[in-house]
Amino acid sequence: MEEKLEGIMSRYQENEGNLISILQDVESEFGYLREDAIYWISERLDVPPAKFYGVATFYAQFHLKPRGKDVITACCGTACHVKGSERLINSLLNELSIPKGEDTSEDLRFTVEKVNCVGACSIAPVIIFNKTVHGKMTPDKLKKEIKTLKGGEQQQVENSE
Amino acid sequence: MKKDISIKVCMGTGGIAAGGVEVMSSFEKALAGAGIKAAVQKNCSMHKVGCRGFCARDVLVDVTINGTKATYQYIKADMVERIVADHIVGGAPVDEWLVKDDYHTFHDKQVKVVLSDCGEVDPEDIDSYISRGGYEATKKVLTTMTPQETIDVIKASGLRGRGGAGFPTGVKWDMAIKAPGPVKYLICNADEGDPGAFMDRSVVEGNPHAVLEGMIIGAYAIGAPYGYVYIRAEYPLAVERLHLAIKQAKERGFLGKKILGKDLDFDIKVKLGAGAFVCGEETALIASIEGKRGQPRAKPPFPVQKGLWGYPTIINNVETLANVPYIMRKGAAWYAGMGTEKSKGTKVFALTGKILNSGLIEVPMGIPLKEVIYDIGGGIEGGRKLKAVQTGGPSGGCIPSSMADTTLDYESLGKVGSIMGSGGMVVLDETDCMVNIAKYFLEFTKSESCGKCIPCRVGTKRLLEILTRITEGKGREGDIDLLETLSSDVKTSSLCGLGQSAPNPVLSTIRYYRDEYEAHIRDKRCPAGVCKDLLTYSIIAEACKGCTACTRVCPTGAITGEKKKPHVLNQDLCIKCGACFETCKFKAIRKV
Repeated sequence: MEEKLEGIMSRYQENEGNLISILQDVESEFGYLREDAIYWISERLDVPPAKFYGVATFYAQFHLKPRGKDVITACCGTACHVKGSERLINSLLNELSIPKGEDTSEDLRFTVEKVNCVGACSIAPVIIFNKTVHGKMTPDKLKKEIKTLKGGEQQQVENSE
Repeated sequence: MKKDISIKVCMGTGGIAAGGVEVMSSFEKALAGAGIKAAVQKNCSMHKVGCRGFCARDVLVDVTINGTKATYQYIKADMVERIVADHIVGGAPVDEWLVKDDYHTFHDKQVKVVLSDCGEVDPEDIDSYISRGGYEATKKVLTTMTPQETIDVIKASGLRGRGGAGFPTGVKWDMAIKAPGPVKYLICNADEGDPGAFMDRSVVEGNPHAVLEGMIIGAYAIGAPYGYVYIRAEYPLAVERLHLAIKQAKERGFLGKKILGKDLDFDIKVKLGAGAFVCGEETALIASIEGKRGQPRAKPPFPVQKGLWGYPTIINNVETLANVPYIMRKGAAWYAGMGTEKSKGTKVFALTGKILNSGLIEVPMGIPLKEVIYDIGGGIEGGRKLKAVQTGGPSGGCIPSSMADTTLDYESLGKVGSIMGSGGMVVLDETDCMVNIAKYFLEFTKSESCGKCIPCRVGTKRLLEILTRITEGKGREGDIDLLETLSSDVKTSSLCGLGQSAPNPVLSTIRYYRDEYEAHIRDKRCPAGVCKDLLTYSIIAEACKGCTACTRVCPTGAITGEKKKPHVLNQDLCIKCGACFETCKFKAIRKV
């Protein structure tokens, strides 16, 4: 871990303006903001960890808990909302057995995250599977995509056996 | 005969989602094929273009042969081979895949300034922009005009901030040039946070150099050596193209030290927003660039006096800046010739929701709303009736169908209780519940409230609680009055624009749809059939054919029955998800 963090630190000068940029890099390196990583950087920069916590919890982009291997992003923009995104999200949470109030399945396989708007409103409703944008989503298309995702997992298991 | 052929493939976020990458590579493959290569490739160019507005028809492909352009819609990779064989080699367009009349009506009433090069230039190639007159404005301004003259042109053009507030851009710049300070900053706000809006994304994706050019001219005018583009991290393609554009502009000497050999240094850095709607507020945006929590502060001092790192700072929206090079090139009078007396020029809107032709449009200010909905937008989806148009996102309001004559300019929209906002325009039809829409926006503002001032932090939460109980059938007599009083308190006492405008969706829906609120509260009924808790699903025995389709989609097993006999729905098990209603082909499910 330290090596990776050194790498991140070397990209930034030690000034406060880069605090968000550092967190963004930590997030993309580890998938979420590891607590030990934050303590490490805090000590290194002599900035209290509370400051990092304050910034990290302010912005929607940062996550304090590990996230699933597959990330499914559901757009909750106005256009998607009026075109039925709520039902799609409920069926996602249901199909992927994500506990109530959580966004990640217990086996850390899937994360379903809601975002305000991905700006692809003319093809609403929009669901993003691991960074690939799928527009004009329907419950049927959604089921197919989930099947593919789950199928990929099975295949991997078979391959490793 | 020698043929001059150009192929343009739409590769905005919409185009890529529809398979643009595959379409491009199919073209490459097909063109490289034996025979074709020799016949056409020499004079054939293909490039990607940004959003051309009509994303619902993607992938859109333009094939131009000797100046004659044909546009194809809904193109998939497997259709490319035939286009190449019949059209590019054979010279006969594939008629059934071409765009139809509605594509042209979509464009006819539009006037494109900001979007004039979007969909034409290759956003990843500076030469493509230069070949259409790009960076000419920069040369003209830097070599023949003083900063004050530049500001005077912008002032005369009547350009107003396109981010929402509509503050005159020239006046803002004038304040900046007069502000004393050793350093000044120019920030381009590309943190488009309104749900239901994608103007800024499309402009940055489709023509990033126009935004850079606007920034260079702005920097020259106000004397700022440093610029930032604060852009949403949720727009990966826009970020990538912006970085590339900055790199290319530096290589050509449009950015960096001694631009065009003149005494102007200007450098642009890209800062990724980390996802906070409130950062659209100027002082919050500045705090965010400084690496802090994006919380606004009281004004004055205004950013133009004390902004980023304490120095005078100007913040302009993407669309505002993208207008600048065109104004400098064609003159203030040309720009001021469009629009209304107080709202000049054109405005880009993201036309979405229940509209037939959804997409990105640019219209002259002052165009009546109904022309946008029925002529450009082609009317409502599925032949349903227009109910309202929501403009301005969470800070805006709803314009009811009875007021479709309203013209689109800052003043008229304000009069009907909405705002221009950044340009989101969501069309609602008769199946949309206005209380639900108000609740949706309050959910948004509640979670995006930064929490610094109490009226906004607590007020939005309380507003949402009241709206939630109304949609759950637990509304009380007097709730409407309570919503109105609380709304006006939140509006008048919140610190920043977020809180001051958060109650707008509530107030405007109460103003025009009070009866709908009353139906929810008194009759425990949702007239539009949206609010789950107020709905009951049942099976009409006479209409049910016993096809069992509904039993298969019901997630809770609430529907039972034998094949070919009427089914029964157990109300105790029903979770009102509506799956049966949508699945039934015989209209045997009743929703009341």
